[in-house]
Amino acid sequence: MKKTLKWRILLLAAATVLAVLFFLPSLPGFKSFPSWWKSVLPSKPITLGLDLQGGIHLVLGVEGDKAVENFVNHVADDIGTILTQKGINIVSAKRENVTDVVIKYSDTAKEKDVVNEMKKQYPNFSTAKDIPGEAVFSLGSSEKERIKDSAVSQALETIRNRIDQFGVTEPLIQRQGADEILIQLPGVKDPKRAIELIGKTALLEFKIVDEEGNLNTAIQGQIPEGDEVLYGKEVDPVTKAVKQTIPYLLKSKSLMTGDVISDAQVSINQEFNEPYVALSFNSVGARLFEKITGENVKKRMAIVLDGNVYSAPVIQERIGGGKASISGHFTMESAQDLAIVLRAGALPAPVKIIQNLTVGPSLGRDSIEKGLKASAIAAVLVLLFMVVYYKVSGLIADFAMVLNLIILTGALSALDATLTLPGIAGIILTIGMGVDSNVLIFERIREELRAGKPVRSAVDSGYDKALVTILDSHVTTLITALVLFMFGTGPIKGFAVTLSLGIAINLFTALVGTKVVYDYINSRTKVTKLSI
Amino acid sequence: MEIVKDTNIDFMGLKKYAYIFSGILSIIGIIAVISIMFGRGNLGIDFGGGTAVQLKFDKPIKIDAARDALQKHGINDAELQEFPLDNKLLIRLKKVSTSNEPVADTIISLFRQEFTANTFVVDSSIEIGPTVGKRLQKDAFTAVILSMIGIIIYIAFRFELKFGIAAAIATFHDVLAVLGVFFILNKEINLLIITALLTLAGYSLTDTVVVFDRIRDYLKIRRKDQIDVIINNGINHTLSRTLITSLTTALVLVALVIFGGEVIHDFSLALLLGVCVGTYSSIFVASPLLLLWKGGSGMMKKAA
Repeated sequence: MKKTLKWRILLLAAATVLAVLFFLPSLPGFKSFPSWWKSVLPSKPITLGLDLQGGIHLVLGVEGDKAVENFVNHVADDIGTILTQKGINIVSAKRENVTDVVIKYSDTAKEKDVVNEMKKQYPNFSTAKDIPGEAVFSLGSSEKERIKDSAVSQALETIRNRIDQFGVTEPLIQRQGADEILIQLPGVKDPKRAIELIGKTALLEFKIVDEEGNLNTAIQGQIPEGDEVLYGKEVDPVTKAVKQTIPYLLKSKSLMTGDVISDAQVSINQEFNEPYVALSFNSVGARLFEKITGENVKKRMAIVLDGNVYSAPVIQERIGGGKASISGHFTMESAQDLAIVLRAGALPAPVKIIQNLTVGPSLGRDSIEKGLKASAIAAVLVLLFMVVYYKVSGLIADFAMVLNLIILTGALSALDATLTLPGIAGIILTIGMGVDSNVLIFERIREELRAGKPVRSAVDSGYDKALVTILDSHVTTLITALVLFMFGTGPIKGFAVTLSLGIAINLFTALVGTKVVYDYINSRTKVTKLSI
Repeated sequence: MEIVKDTNIDFMGLKKYAYIFSGILSIIGIIAVISIMFGRGNLGIDFGGGTAVQLKFDKPIKIDAARDALQKHGINDAELQEFPLDNKLLIRLKKVSTSNEPVADTIISLFRQEFTANTFVVDSSIEIGPTVGKRLQKDAFTAVILSMIGIIIYIAFRFELKFGIAAAIATFHDVLAVLGVFFILNKEINLLIITALLTLAGYSLTDTVVVFDRIRDYLKIRRKDQIDVIINNGINHTLSRTLITSLTTALVLVALVIFGGEVIHDFSLALLLGVCVGTYSSIFVASPLLLLWKGGSGMMKKAA
């Protein structure tokens, strides 16, 4: 008996010391702790949820069909070029619906060649329809799913890159389901800017301005074959309102896209004192850019980002050296953001924000203060009640409850769980459950005492009898807590974590914590009357 | 100190009144569930999709002025709620915008425009698409069903099936009752409330299990007694524990409701209601249900 008592006291002490060590870094004064402490002992404070420290919670839907369309467009372009090179005259090669490539050709005798060439180049397409003069090829559904899937993982990588460069500490970026990306950015000060940065597709294209076509009639709808009208927006750098939009008539075919960029940096134009983005191309891009500029001297080349024309300078001469620049009416911030998205690359498909929860830092501070205040008041009320109702035994229960709180906060830090506002509520609820265990035990002990049992055996059998009930009640609560953990997101998950941890620790402190005290008292003196 | 001492109340004799009372509560609850399933009732934007923006102003803001400002910019169907203590204003829009333009940004910038003299910070802004809302609704439903099944299995395993089902019905009753009250009060039903409902399910079960434990004990040792006497004794002998625990938990929750701030106010209120209903149901609903199952009483004795 004596020996197990000693071990139990040791166990309790060890758990308490460990918990305190893990919780210390969360205290405000931790910064002034000696440096040796941080190198040896835990130094990571408890993680606060978005609702407590402010930040953004975003769920993005990746429009995978757009990625498939892009791929099929590319295939249509490519097969058209190949067929022409092989001397097969085609009328057009275009994408239709999402997954179909339609090739129209004039020479019906070449039907076999068209089909064979397509089969050779793109075996993943199956022949859907084959009538004289027109061949339709469809992308297989498994291939379609693969493209969608890789679009999501690629988007995830791109967004991660952007956020890394934007500089958010401890972002959470993960895939959710088939086509969603979950992003949590704690502590972001300018949510709007961050969201714009994340959501930008950032597809950069270089297109030639069609000087021969008539811009005015094009705006009214008569767009020449192979052309498109895009707009340049002139934004006031101070108010950020659009001052005016300028239409451009461009050749639809993009000569070059942003995937050949190796670097993008912000520089300041000395003349106008305006920021611009300087681009460097990789070797492929440099060669391509030199060729394009060489072939289009004296023409204007539009720099188009996500369908908006940023600038359309006249090409003065063949440009070698693999450098170009984008100017526009940038602020320092918008130029920096543009440089980030260009460095990180374009999203393979557009994304749509389907859930956006933004919590300002002031609400977070309010919530912590109120949560802590409520917890403190609740805890004091309960502690007082127990002493009033159960006297010395109530004090022992209070001791167990305080232990419970210490170990719980320590465990939350040690497990790197996220503390949320409902999480604080979960902690408070655990206090309630802790009381329950003690009440169950004490009521049983009282019954035993009333039945005339001596103190020591009344305590022992009180614990024995209450044990089953405590176990049952804890397990049932644990079942709901676990289900909440499985299905909950964000704050609710936080609630489930604190609740389940609290229940487990409760069981430990209620059964070991208070019993140790009774056993210790009983082992020293013979108690004849129990204050309960 | 003892609040209740050696009571001997005939709870089983009161079961008729309890059934009537619980019947009313359950019917209200069922009406609430059906209404919610058809999208009526005050569904939070996490279930239906929509936008919510909470602003914290420097100076007090009149709710009418805010509504006028919104209407001036073509936003007519906003729900406004103010927290006058902190000069806070909550603007909710349930309709999901069809355009890609974020509604929250529009609202924030229009308030910046209209109330230049009264600056504010954005406490929080939430935008949820309709598809997410549907999924969350489904998840919440699955969570409720799964935890019910888990609990029935556990109790059936620890006691016997009859106890498990009685406990599950009582728990269901509690969840329905609180949901019904929230529905009548036109409180917003959101994810946090569903969490509260699940938590109170856990709490109410705990309460029920404690009483059942005692009844099971007595079934083993007092085989000659009438079953309703045994149940009455079980309830009476656990009554002081039931009341003390409910009292302390309620104490804690009252503190949360009063001091916890607006974010968890309704959450704590749901739990507080749940504690009251849970305490009532473990005495007046779960235990009498053990009697309803006629063939079972013999089985219960045999099993014991």
